[in-house]
Amino acid sequence: MSNLKTTNVEVRLPSRMGFEKVAMSTAASVAKLMGFREDRIEDLKTAVAEACINAIEHGNRLNEKLSVGVVMSAGEDSLEVKVIDDGKGMRSHPSKPDIDRKMHGEEDPRGMGMFLIQALVDEAEWVAGANGKSSYVRLVIRLDKEQA
Amino acid sequence: MQSETKSHVDQLTSPAGHPVTVLRFEGDIASTSKDAVLGTYQALPKATNKLILLDFTKVDYINSSGIALVIQLLIEASNSGQKVYAYGLSAHFVKVFTMVGITKYAGLFPSQAEALAAL
Repeated sequence: MSNLKTTNVEVRLPSRMGFEKVAMSTAASVAKLMGFREDRIEDLKTAVAEACINAIEHGNRLNEKLSVGVVMSAGEDSLEVKVIDDGKGMRSHPSKPDIDRKMHGEEDPRGMGMFLIQALVDEAEWVAGANGKSSYVRLVIRLDKEQA
Repeated sequence: MQSETKSHVDQLTSPAGHPVTVLRFEGDIASTSKDAVLGTYQALPKATNKLILLDFTKVDYINSSGIALVIQLLIEASNSGQKVYAYGLSAHFVKVFTMVGITKYAGLFPSQAEALAAL
């Protein structure tokens, strides 16, 4: 894929837990074709899985009549992944989990997905749909110069 | 669609002579894994299982819901005076466990032999 300009790959998932692994595997395949290192592919897999889980669970509220769109755009030196759902978008910003507060029951043991997404990719933004629908999270990972 | 999580328990003795309870997991660790993770742990008598070792060698996929189950296990163990350790995580999940702070409450080891040697 050395002469790649921008190539799009799209996956549509049912809003059912477990199907995030389909998007995860597809994103990993695209990243591998682009020449990403194995450790970066693992980062991407977790970020994409968490974005899809949020879309399935919070965006589409597990409504199987709704689907989650995953659009992967492979550029020359970066891979962008958009995960689109029919929710109103995330209102909160990712915060670093506080393990001490979790251990003492002062913070929910869950709620780490957005933090993991932001921590594992080079760019992450949450965009609310203009009409209260079609919200998305946009992730970008970049090829390091030495691996390009 | 999520793969079933399997778990079973082994009782071992560390080189130092301490009894160690090993919880071995297989499959995904996700929101559907509550029985396999917490259920298996909660079935252990707390008074006689003071050292708990989690074996992730056969786990390929852990998501944030699965990590939350591990944290719930750590909370219950801490409240019961048990110590929890883990081994067999891939380099990626060692990084993720470190990022979310789990390593503060559960020592991570590359292998069962290295974990037992430290207990």
